[in-house]
Amino acid sequence: MRSHDKVTLLVPLLLIAVMLAVAGCTGTTQPTGGQTTLTVFTAASLTGAFSGIGETYMAENPDVVVDCVFDGSQALRTQIEQGASPDIFVSANVKHMGALQGGGFMENDTVTVFLENSLAVIVPAENPANVTSLADLARPGVRLVIGTKDVPFGSYTRQVLDTMAADPAYGAAYRDAVMENVISEETAITTVMPKLTLGEADAAFVYKSDVRPEDRSLVRRIEVPAEYNVVAEYPLGILASSEQKAEAAAFIAFVRGPTGNAILESYGFDPVQ
Amino acid sequence: MDSTRFSRVARPGEAALSLLVFCLIACFLLFVTIPVASLFLRITPEAFLSSLQQPAVVDALRLSLVTASVSTAVVVLLGTPLSYVNARVRYRGREIVDTLTDLPIVLPPAVAGIALLMAFGRRGVVGEFLDGLGITVAFTTLAVILAQIFVASPFYIRQARASFEAVDQLYEDAARTLGASRLAVLLRVSIPIARSGLVSGAILSFARALGEFGATIMFAGNFQGRTQTMPLAIYTTMQGDLNDAISIAIVLVVISFAVILAVKYTTRRTA
Repeated sequence: MRSHDKVTLLVPLLLIAVMLAVAGCTGTTQPTGGQTTLTVFTAASLTGAFSGIGETYMAENPDVVVDCVFDGSQALRTQIEQGASPDIFVSANVKHMGALQGGGFMENDTVTVFLENSLAVIVPAENPANVTSLADLARPGVRLVIGTKDVPFGSYTRQVLDTMAADPAYGAAYRDAVMENVISEETAITTVMPKLTLGEADAAFVYKSDVRPEDRSLVRRIEVPAEYNVVAEYPLGILASSEQKAEAAAFIAFVRGPTGNAILESYGFDPVQ
Repeated sequence: MDSTRFSRVARPGEAALSLLVFCLIACFLLFVTIPVASLFLRITPEAFLSSLQQPAVVDALRLSLVTASVSTAVVVLLGTPLSYVNARVRYRGREIVDTLTDLPIVLPPAVAGIALLMAFGRRGVVGEFLDGLGITVAFTTLAVILAQIFVASPFYIRQARASFEAVDQLYEDAARTLGASRLAVLLRVSIPIARSGLVSGAILSFARALGEFGATIMFAGNFQGRTQTMPLAIYTTMQGDLNDAISIAIVLVVISFAVILAVKYTTRRTA
């Protein structure tokens, strides 16, 4: 009888072992029914616009689920290099897209620049530090938030400040004083806005498209003149590993079509044809 | 010698069971060790050493060691009297105090981060008052230390209380009858006897402070040399140079091993 007990104990243990082995082999689950799920790795600065585009597209195409993953372009690139396999990658700068193209991760002839963006400074609506011009950013005590040097909006910020430093009207001392006021370097645009609306920061360098329609009462925008500003080019393309290239191409055509462009423009982007 | 264990031969199922248990244990150990070992396999010694000289890495190491040391010192200073009182004195509300001091262990770090920001942020409940005095807490090195104290204190306080409870009260009573003051008893009798427990609690608390990430990035922000501790530097450099991120991670793995060994050593000596 005792050995029977052992056998009855063995069966569930073996089952667990088998389940573990099976779980190790099949990592992903297939979508049910006839639905296609398109995974779109999207630069965080497009969070609002691509959520809108995704919803509109799904409403028009009930058999497609658009699953947007938003993060800093650099973080998304690292994830793809480390094995993540979305269908589409939308980057906030050409550098990260170029690196993936060079590494053979992209279907290179699908990669195009589809919109442009540039930087602006935003301040909370009540403007506690009374920042009304770019010159005010250098005033001691102004709490400024920018991106890290590796994320696109952070590297563009440094470019803008370098261009201003080269102009005698501002000078190198201006750039150094502004950098001295930085209290935090963010890795994605999405963590900047809460710091302003909570009143922890007095100003931030962001994309001019980052002021979402619903945030327009919370923050005020200070323009960066064109002579100092950068033109940020956003490329998008289909991953070489995508198994749904036709569906992905259809979604990209929608993004670049009139409906997609209208949504992008409502967020302050400049679509490129 | 083995003649009494005839059951071994009698039960063929047992060998299979032993084998299965062995496999399950091996699976788990591999699952834990492979990721840690992979860190060491993904980087060459040259790249590791050159990463360790990067300013971002050096700044993160220094900031982490300084802040974790300061926060551990504060935890020991504030936590020792509290844990001694809770181990020795029965008073109304002791359970409540115990629950409150344990709370940070179960609280997700993101909750701690936003809670600290709501309290000490510029428009926070306390922060607004401090701001009026010209004191800024959020997004400074002080915020890093506060976040570490918040999340790491229970590790010391729990251990310290248990260690004080394990001190035989006879020694304390004897010292009292010989005329020692309460403070002298604590400093000369209770703390020396409970020492190894206190030290291992402080080491665990230091390790938790060193690893703090969620509350720090929300409450102290991310700025190299000022608030970018080692875990934040891993997160940030992973977006630039992966080698830098791996190198910092390796340093933290080595420190973690040292912590485990130190705790084992201090607790074994008295056991």
